[in-house]
Amino acid sequence: MQLTTKQRTRVDWFLTFLRVVALALIGAGLLAFIAQAINSENPFAQWANPDAISLTGKQFRDLVIAGLAQGAMYGLIALGYSMVYGVLGFINFAHGEVFMIGAVTGAITSSKLAEAGHWESNFVLCLLLVVILSMAVCTITAVIMERVAYRPLRGKPRLIPLITSIGVSFFLQNFILVLLGPGTKSYPKMPDWLTEKRTFLEIQGTRMLVLVVAAMAMAGLWYLVERTKTGKAMRAVAEDAEIASLMGIDVNRIIVKTFAVGGAMAGVAGILWGLLFNSVLHTAGFLPGIKAFSAAVVGGIGNLGGSMAGGLTIGVAESLGPLMILEPLGVSGPSQLRDAVAFAVLIIVLLVRPSGIFGERLPSEERT
Amino acid sequence: MTVTGEFPTAQSALPAAARRRRLLDQDWQKLVRAGAILAFGQVFIALSGMPVTFDRRLLIDPILSLGYLSLLWLPLVVGYWVGREQVLEGMTAYARGGRDAMAGAVAGLLGNAGLTLLVVGITHFDIRDPLVNWSPQLLEILEFGESVWLGALIWPVIGAGTGALGGGMHWASSRISRTTVIVLLSVFGTAVLESVITDLTQGFHIEAVSDWLYGPKRGLTYPAAIVVAVAAAGVMTGLAAFRDSSARAAEAARGERATTVGGSGATRPRWRRIPTRRLVNLVLAVAAIVVLPLFLGRLTNELLANVGLFILLALGLNIIVGLAGILDLGYVAFFAVGGYSVAVLTSPGSPRFDAEIPWFGALFVAMLLAGLAGLFIGAPVIRMRGDYLAIVTLGFGEIIRVLLLSDWLSGTFNGAQGITNIPGVEVFGLATVRGFEPRSVLYLVLVFCAIAVYVSWRLENSRIGRAWMAIREDESVAEAMGVDTVSAKLMAFVTGAVLGSFSGAILSAKVGSIFPHSFAIIVSIVILVVVIFGGMGNIAGVIAGAVVLIGVLGGPNQPGLLQEFAEYKILIYGALLVWMMLQRSEGLIPSARRARELHVDEMNQDAWLRAQVVADDVANEGGNREKGRP
Amino acid sequence: MLEITGLHVEFGGLHALNNLDFTVEEGEIVAVIGPNGAGKTTFFNVVSGMVKPSEGELIFEGRSLLGLDPNKITARGIARTFQNVRLFNNMTVLENVMVSQHCRTHQRMFDALLQTRRFRTEEEQVRIRGQEVLGFFGTRLTGYRFDQPASMLSYANRRRLEIARAMATSPKLLLLDEPVAGMNPVESAELTQLIGKLRNEMGFTIVLIEHDMSVVRDISDRVVVLDHGEAIARGSYAEVSANPQVIEAYLGQTSDGN
Repeated sequence: MQLTTKQRTRVDWFLTFLRVVALALIGAGLLAFIAQAINSENPFAQWANPDAISLTGKQFRDLVIAGLAQGAMYGLIALGYSMVYGVLGFINFAHGEVFMIGAVTGAITSSKLAEAGHWESNFVLCLLLVVILSMAVCTITAVIMERVAYRPLRGKPRLIPLITSIGVSFFLQNFILVLLGPGTKSYPKMPDWLTEKRTFLEIQGTRMLVLVVAAMAMAGLWYLVERTKTGKAMRAVAEDAEIASLMGIDVNRIIVKTFAVGGAMAGVAGILWGLLFNSVLHTAGFLPGIKAFSAAVVGGIGNLGGSMAGGLTIGVAESLGPLMILEPLGVSGPSQLRDAVAFAVLIIVLLVRPSGIFGERLPSEERT
Repeated sequence: MTVTGEFPTAQSALPAAARRRRLLDQDWQKLVRAGAILAFGQVFIALSGMPVTFDRRLLIDPILSLGYLSLLWLPLVVGYWVGREQVLEGMTAYARGGRDAMAGAVAGLLGNAGLTLLVVGITHFDIRDPLVNWSPQLLEILEFGESVWLGALIWPVIGAGTGALGGGMHWASSRISRTTVIVLLSVFGTAVLESVITDLTQGFHIEAVSDWLYGPKRGLTYPAAIVVAVAAAGVMTGLAAFRDSSARAAEAARGERATTVGGSGATRPRWRRIPTRRLVNLVLAVAAIVVLPLFLGRLTNELLANVGLFILLALGLNIIVGLAGILDLGYVAFFAVGGYSVAVLTSPGSPRFDAEIPWFGALFVAMLLAGLAGLFIGAPVIRMRGDYLAIVTLGFGEIIRVLLLSDWLSGTFNGAQGITNIPGVEVFGLATVRGFEPRSVLYLVLVFCAIAVYVSWRLENSRIGRAWMAIREDESVAEAMGVDTVSAKLMAFVTGAVLGSFSGAILSAKVGSIFPHSFAIIVSIVILVVVIFGGMGNIAGVIAGAVVLIGVLGGPNQPGLLQEFAEYKILIYGALLVWMMLQRSEGLIPSARRARELHVDEMNQDAWLRAQVVADDVANEGGNREKGRP
Repeated sequence: MLEITGLHVEFGGLHALNNLDFTVEEGEIVAVIGPNGAGKTTFFNVVSGMVKPSEGELIFEGRSLLGLDPNKITARGIARTFQNVRLFNNMTVLENVMVSQHCRTHQRMFDALLQTRRFRTEEEQVRIRGQEVLGFFGTRLTGYRFDQPASMLSYANRRRLEIARAMATSPKLLLLDEPVAGMNPVESAELTQLIGKLRNEMGFTIVLIEHDMSVVRDISDRVVVLDHGEAIARGSYAEVSANPQVIEAYLGQTSDGN
């Protein structure tokens, strides 16, 4: 318990004011939404935004599922941010680009498979192949990135690798642009049995598939980190790299493996992007990357389970937020503000609870 | 062998047989690795489409196009790199010699074998589907329009040649290699500056010069290239001779001054300590800057105006990043605030605010709003960890762009259609600055750059500037030394924001229209690259960085001298940022060697003082202070 | 001058300081000693406001220091140095002592931009005061050294510059964290003398942490011994050095530690 209260400066008052305003706006939006849902003639709903459309239960559920599916994707990317931050203590800004490269690899391989006619007939096998290829490419990208750009900067103040990673990010984005051209890379048409609404809870098949794949990847990661020797070494390095090296752990190897595993997860996420949106551009990595970072922060950076939960939170907030908070407050065209909502979530979380909802797990010297 | 002539030092005593063995005495593993990296790079450059896109831009008519240059520079650099002396523990591991050139040649040969594979690959397979530049045009360029055989065989030879040249730089004396580099750069520079030089010669009515220099396809003519090379070599030699003599003079002068070190000169205020010669240079430079635009054509003035806009932005960001050490990745937000404030207030085409106020009035509002934005963005992030702060400011930058683009606020900002019909600047009835008169814009930009330089310079040498630097060096210590870090950091945000808003305000009036897409995140990043490239916290460096980068490559939405680079410039900016960080991430910290040299002098002085103290103590108290530790 | 009562500091359940009482009278030199990890530096961190105590009261000249930011505490008149020298390395020697006069100066940004009279006189004063403070250490930090980056100084000079920087904040109370650590006997003897001068001539009250017992013996009026965050002994050097508890704290119960 802190007995002494800090004497508040003007900035502190302003921050408190911002916190209150942010929470009040969210509260007001939600209240207006609920008021609308109960009875759109009710005065509060009328006052907030008389034209707002209230969601039906089914629409609501669809939005949640869509949000969860995207959130699972964000969560998988967030793992990469979280693991690297845990081990090296810097934000690997270029991780979003690794994800984009995964999505592009998926687009190329799957359309080649579709040309050869296997995609329709042997979908599950093809998907498996595409996922593995994408994971491989992303792993290689991440490892090269670590070797070329980050290893020489080991031990520098953490803003230096961060700036470097921004450079890497724009380099990779344009690397893909100049090699593959500016056009969108499309995924082939998904098989009909997948895209039509299934009877099971009427959830769209691709979203189900996305959730299943994400769960499998997460389970694999969990096994790796919690049950294998490598995982134990990773956790040791994350706790204290110097002590770990004294215990005979090859820290460089573990860092490479961390990047590799993060890259592989981004590769899976890239394919999920392809399943959800069917096409990919060289710029596709930037926003999901930032959102995934937000997810990692929301979940508490360094905390792997938290990252996944943070991803789901961001996904759902992004999908429901515009309609549940902005629209009832009278903001027109709220879905255009999706990206702003994702950033706002990050800012609000950092304002209200900087260590994330589930608590961060960082070596002690990182908690400054 | 000619080595002996160059170095009449220890290694010339080696028997010739030993030296010949050295030629093959290579670190083969390193060479193979360098070759693999080079091969990867060359194939990437070829497949990125640079050779094809740049092929039409001739540098030396008719032998060298920018396209071929894009394939030649990398072996040169890699050759230089592998030929570099191995320095182990301060000792050169081997003598310089033909071995360096040999190493470069081997690496170049191995690396360019990648292009051979590419030539063979393109003739036999078609994977143009994902790789858009896997094309017959590329093949034609790689084959020099001849046959596959020529293309396949000539590249390793070219690689060996350029690699040997790069590695040979170490072999030659440093004066010769420096002259070579300068000669190559000046020929390249003259060729690249074609449009500016043509422009200038027209301004001075000496078109004959540029007509003689450049052929019909914009490249330097043969004789012109030779003359430029010879002239550059001449100037270099002359300069070297001059420097030798003046160095000798300085040496003599230093000997005299050494006795009076530690004089009272340091008590004078900083600006008085500027030597007269520097002051004269400064005045001359200012005069040149003021007069020059009169002689420049539209194109160059336009180019310089764009550079000026980025100088403004870079100086603003320099206060935040360079002085106060806050990594703000959303600096574009302030640029947008300036641009949109002016656009909304002055344009008859803006959906809100029909009253059209003059530009200077709008500028005042823009400054106010930018200052507020600085406070508003700064306050929440100021207590965050540096890296979180970076991402959150980036988020703010994106939020502002998304809001400008949104239907929600389109009543004010007109969404994606942007605001058009922004009038020019009426300068108190004296003149009008309009976008179609680049010279007027350039003068306006120059005035504001001067203001920004003045502000940066004054603030840097004041209480707040010192506080910023202290925060950059060590925030918690700065706070413990009595610096109010929160308000100092907020002031950095506000000052930087106001300078950025100038740039936006001028952009609005210059272009006459403004769109949300001009304020993408990449603008922030490019400004950051400019600041880092120029040297954080260094005003002159930042200006030089803006001139070189924005002038040559162009800004995110503005063309530079090498307009051919348009689709590659972000790639280059990204690579440059990584390279800068890897090469000199410490930025301003002086090189370790220099520090050590000065350290020696320091320790000598301490030794002297210690002797004094001991002598005093012995005299006073019989040396009873010689106590050890428990 | 400084009265501290019942001070507790916790780091995640670990008691860094435990129920510490501490007083400093004006004009005293008090040495704080104790084995590594005894909480000495934490104590300085609390007094300078860098660490918030979980319990206790700090009164400086009759007013509480609780909840103040470090810069406010410095403005009240408490300045410190750091155990692991933390200078502003890329700033010049003179700038280092100029920046620490921040809280004693009042110019605003507009003064600097317009070069007002107030700005120029104040800058001049700040510069002169900085040079005076540096001049306190003889010629080591003066002359051409003024414009050298702090990173170029030798280790001993860095320590001196750190003290100069703290002095430049015009404090009443100086907290010196191991001022002679890493210095050779001659240098440390010289600095010891200087610390005496700081009190006698400049009128600073001084609290210092020190491991070098000869320094402690030579200059301290009083010694406070910390162990495990608690004050286990107080008094003159002679009293404290004879205290069995102190000897035990240093050497451990089995006396083969040394």
